[in-house]
Amino acid sequence: MIPLSYYLTLGALLFGVGMFGALTRRNAIAILMAVELMLNGVNVNFIALSRYLPNSTLDGQVFAIFVITVAAAEAAVGLAIVLGLYRNFKTVNVDEINLMKW
Amino acid sequence: MTEVFFFALAVFTVAAALLVVLARNIVHSAVALIFSFCGVAGIYVLLDAEFLAAVQVLIYVGGITILLLFAIMLTTRIASGAEVFNEQVGASAVVAVGTTAILIYASLVGIQISGQAPATRETTSTLGRLLLTTHVLPFEVASVLLLAAMVGAIILARREGE
Repeated sequence: MIPLSYYLTLGALLFGVGMFGALTRRNAIAILMAVELMLNGVNVNFIALSRYLPNSTLDGQVFAIFVITVAAAEAAVGLAIVLGLYRNFKTVNVDEINLMKW
Repeated sequence: MTEVFFFALAVFTVAAALLVVLARNIVHSAVALIFSFCGVAGIYVLLDAEFLAAVQVLIYVGGITILLLFAIMLTTRIASGAEVFNEQVGASAVVAVGTTAILIYASLVGIQISGQAPATRETTSTLGRLLLTTHVLPFEVASVLLLAAMVGAIILARREGE
């Protein structure tokens, strides 16, 4: 059986890659994609731990289902906001949108 | 044999994720995201979570990436050739690599499991039972959240004055 730490390392790598994208990309849609990658890394951890922990019920998988639900809601609302941004500013680059910046 | 599958899937997933983040063309990013999600679904199968793998393919591959592609088509000038990264690439790289290093260190050293992993279980029926007994309140809250997100998305994406 594959050691648990391999799966946790994979989750950490996905999380880190997504984090880099969320911090550096200029396009708002690319940032949303990077956030989805981070959520996937978290889900890998949840499911790996729910598989490997002794006496675990399937609570980790239930939680992963809720994470996926929230990710879907986040993507829908986020993309609606991006469409509204594009309509008003003709750009989706987050560093050009500074209406509410101090 | 399982190790071979695991490493193949892991390399595939992380490579696709890197492509998502680094590709200059955002459509390439979205397509690479599909492959990364499929790789994660394969990892779920290796972890005996068949239901989650199916959900992953249905919702992420079938739903979210299509939504993202639609939004890309509606908003971005793809062949603009503009800079895709902002000016804080260096600092972000340090932060991301540092966080990943801490997480990997924690997962290699910090977690010691005492005891045997449970035997393979009937996941789908158990998940359905858990969702309607122990976790019924978050389940209902999630349905309200989805409804609110749907209404909110419609209102936000609607043009003014329609």
